[in-house]
Amino acid sequence: MKQLQDKPAGKDDGLQRALVTPMQRRMFMRYAGATAAVTTLLFATTSCDDDDDTDLDPMAVDLGSGDVGVLNYAYALEQLEAAFYTEVVAKSLGMFSQAEQQIMQDLKGHEGIHRDFLKAALGTSSIPDLEVNFSAINFNDKNSILTTASTFEDLGVAAYNGAGRLLENAGFLTLAGKIVSVEARHAAVIRDMISNGTFSDSANNMGLDPAMMPADVLAAAAPFITTKISANNLPK
Amino acid sequence: MNIFSIIEDIEKADPEVYNRLDSRRSAFKHMGSLSKKAALAAIPLALGSVFQKAYGQSTNTVVEVLNFALKLEYLERNFYTQALAANGLIADGAARAAIQKIQMHEAAHVDLLIATIRSLSATPISEPTFNFGKNFPDWNTNYQTFLTLAQAFEDTGVRAYKGQAPNLISNDAVLTAALQIHSVEARHAAHIRRMRNNAGWIVGAGANSNVPAGAQPVYASEDNVAQGGINDIKTLGSGYSADIATGAFDEPLTKEQVVQVVSLFE
Repeated sequence: MKQLQDKPAGKDDGLQRALVTPMQRRMFMRYAGATAAVTTLLFATTSCDDDDDTDLDPMAVDLGSGDVGVLNYAYALEQLEAAFYTEVVAKSLGMFSQAEQQIMQDLKGHEGIHRDFLKAALGTSSIPDLEVNFSAINFNDKNSILTTASTFEDLGVAAYNGAGRLLENAGFLTLAGKIVSVEARHAAVIRDMISNGTFSDSANNMGLDPAMMPADVLAAAAPFITTKISANNLPK
Repeated sequence: MNIFSIIEDIEKADPEVYNRLDSRRSAFKHMGSLSKKAALAAIPLALGSVFQKAYGQSTNTVVEVLNFALKLEYLERNFYTQALAANGLIADGAARAAIQKIQMHEAAHVDLLIATIRSLSATPISEPTFNFGKNFPDWNTNYQTFLTLAQAFEDTGVRAYKGQAPNLISNDAVLTAALQIHSVEARHAAHIRRMRNNAGWIVGAGANSNVPAGAQPVYASEDNVAQGGINDIKTLGSGYSADIATGAFDEPLTKEQVVQVVSLFE
């Protein structure tokens, strides 16, 4: 994990791809089961994408599988948040007090660096840039901005809380933990900006914040993301 | 032979190792059909991923973490309960409501941790005796001192849970609950910080946290800018200041570091 952002030295990218899960299990068995030399696997992969029948929408961006898939999922959410605060800072800053402007600048910076960090960490495994859809947000209305921010931040917290169990690698789990508590700080501050004292009203009567699974999170985020995203290969 | 260092080494060469074995459950099933070369490479990985989940962490480890968390929650509950009872300490209505809300969460966390430990057929620790006045004698008469300690406890709590998360990776249910507590502690921390006119997030090693010298261990190494193998995340884009880079990532504390902080109040 320390080398996460580096491409494995001296490795054939094709070889890696041949062995990873984009090739479906069934296909893997079929091709690998014979006396398949590695070269056969390589050839097999090229035709594999078309046969991939778990991707319901062929145009959808596939987050991938395993820990990489989970990190891509986080990357997708950070892209959404970063794009949002970039818009806020570009269009709406004048509506906020001096202190609030600083908060919006900080949020833009934090989400931007989360996004860029995950992209760098994922390297060639990262999903492409997503196209966002903010048509439902009124950037001339402070309330619309804060409500959206609150939705995104609480959703982000719930997403990371739910995704922790999907990670196999302890280093990635720690990284996700480093990010999620900052998202929770954001969520608390935004909630307090809407109504002071509501910072932790997201928690239930056991004092627990929500934890949501990817399908539910992506459904909630879908109105704001034009690009179709497939989470079909994420760990369950 | 340390299986974990082997896995780590392999991961350095092949970050996608976990994809390669599409899951720990099917790892063995597939091995029979892998090509010989791939199978040779996969054997230690398959063992490793199974070991890490199934045998890497005993219930004892999980219970140890839960009891450690319980001690912190006892501390927080006790602290807020005493503070709310201290005559005239928290006079402002909004402040009092916030502290009551936080106290209720900490009490709920105590109950939840006790129940979880019992569900694992283990024994929860009983509540220790705390001495908040040991190093901060005016903690329950001076509102600012009280808030300073509250901030230190909340930020420490966030860091402590974060540090223990990897020790819970073998138990999905407990890990998830711990994360759900962790983010609530972070919400508390953000609110208390702002009650003190600090930003809701931690910049540098306490640079924006306004704590006395004795409380600095709470923010040790929060100025870290190296994440996930990237030596300086400021370089990832233009305009990322050290404040942004350190504010965007909360850092974990080890159990030993947390014990050091807690010992100031025992």
